[in-house]
Amino acid sequence: MVKEKKYVKGLCISLCLLFLYAPLFIMAFFSFNSAKSLSHFKGFSMRWYESLFGNIQLLDAVFVSVSIALLATLISTVLGTITAIALTKSKRKIRTAILQVNNLPIMNPEIVTAISLMIFFSFISIEKGYMTMLLAHIAFCTPYVITNVYPKVKQLDDNLTDAAMDLGATPFQTLVKVILPQIKSGIMAGALLAFTMSFDDFVISYFVSGNGVENISIVIYNMSKRMNPSIYALSTIVLVVILFVLLLGTFVPYLIVKKRGGKVNEALR
Amino acid sequence: MKQYKKLVSPYCFWLFALTIIPMMLIAFYAFTSKGTEITTFQFTLDNFFKFMDPIFLSVLMRSLVLGVLTTAICFLIGYPIAYMIAKCKENTQTILILLITIPTWINLLMRTYAWMSILSNNGIINNLLQSIGLGRVHMMYTDFAVVIGMVYNFLPFMILPIHTSLTNMDKSLTEASMDLGASRIQTFFKVTFRLSLSGVLTGITMVFLPAISAFVIPKMLGGGQYSLIGNFIEQQFITVGNWHFGSAVSLVLAVIVIVLMALIYRVEKRTNVSNEDEEGGNKRYGKRKKIRKGSMH
Repeated sequence: MVKEKKYVKGLCISLCLLFLYAPLFIMAFFSFNSAKSLSHFKGFSMRWYESLFGNIQLLDAVFVSVSIALLATLISTVLGTITAIALTKSKRKIRTAILQVNNLPIMNPEIVTAISLMIFFSFISIEKGYMTMLLAHIAFCTPYVITNVYPKVKQLDDNLTDAAMDLGATPFQTLVKVILPQIKSGIMAGALLAFTMSFDDFVISYFVSGNGVENISIVIYNMSKRMNPSIYALSTIVLVVILFVLLLGTFVPYLIVKKRGGKVNEALR
Repeated sequence: MKQYKKLVSPYCFWLFALTIIPMMLIAFYAFTSKGTEITTFQFTLDNFFKFMDPIFLSVLMRSLVLGVLTTAICFLIGYPIAYMIAKCKENTQTILILLITIPTWINLLMRTYAWMSILSNNGIINNLLQSIGLGRVHMMYTDFAVVIGMVYNFLPFMILPIHTSLTNMDKSLTEASMDLGASRIQTFFKVTFRLSLSGVLTGITMVFLPAISAFVIPKMLGGGQYSLIGNFIEQQFITVGNWHFGSAVSLVLAVIVIVLMALIYRVEKRTNVSNEDEEGGNKRYGKRKKIRKGSMH
């Protein structure tokens, strides 16, 4: 009876995982198809990978996605961290007001944020392009950085910063040597979040970017009208990179801890 | 630490410029129409009255119905799965949760693109059906395809918060209930399910809200003519070029979503007796993406 139950449980979970992974594996499998068909496997070939690396439009898009994600992450992490630190020191009224407005881009449907920015950029007549895409990405990433960093700053012990300053550290030194090391995990989480959000974004980029500037999502969207196995090849590469990074991120802390001996929880936090 | 106080001003300015003004512009466009040559904009409520037309309201209704359907399916699949995962050994749980999280890291368009060929008329499913002699079924560009796409993309966001609330639960409560003579089923409905309600509500928020405003998934799997509220807004801005009407519809959508969120938040607060100190109000809305990263730290 108990054993039977265990099988049912295993079966259900496997089915769910199959549902989640089958499309990804089918995609990866057919990216090696020698024919254009996405349902009949004719034979192994790398031709879609070759055509991917010969496709300047796609390579440009990869460059745009990566560079925007890096810049947006950098800027929104710095801006968000500074703001989170300042917020804990500012007046209650200002703090609640800012945190409320900060929630707006998080709560709003993406499409509403997207068109609000689109209207804004055309209102102040900035030409839509790389710059507007970057600004928009910073605008929707920073709130997430703040929601990650702010709780960490709130937990800080004020005495430590006071002590640092009493002992002669300048505010900047205190920030770098005392405050930042203590909120490191929150900043890292925020930055990671900002990066993936920016890298994956479609809706906002689609509305605020002009002709010629496309990120990966926009290219896929434009190509989705006709089947193109190069997209499969690109998706497979992204899948492999993400799997690699995730596995590294999950298991390296374990390995490091094992070497040091113990304290698994602390390292994972 | 007072020295850092002034550092808040750059972001104040930023929020004002890139959040408040844009939202005000939407409201401005929603309440105006293109006027005569002398006054370029005129105040009007016409855009909202226009939306009251049954044709447009049916688009909104359809989005809500598909949103509810998607959420219901995600819940019916997600709850049992989350429950079963929570019953596994701790190490197995970590791996399973990581496995559930990984697909959410992959670009939504790529994941949806994969479904396009699976569901297409000579796709894998139809070939399978053909080979076992059932004949082909037309699936692409139907409600079915759109719902499958949405369930596929949003299911992890239902499983993860429910799993979190199930594992955070105090085990002694279910033991106590069993000791006091309740059956397994009674214990589940009267204790376990109630205590996991906060996770359920978070899951519902994280599936329902993106589902009603979804616009890429219906466009890719539902075809160009397919219209949900998100597609409708896009058409108004990109193809039709009626920014005033588009803004009015967006404003309606934003209000619906924010009111629903406030309602859910209120219900959640009321039910959330057991672990009320866990989350602040501000964090709640940021959870969606945060849960995604749950496996990293």
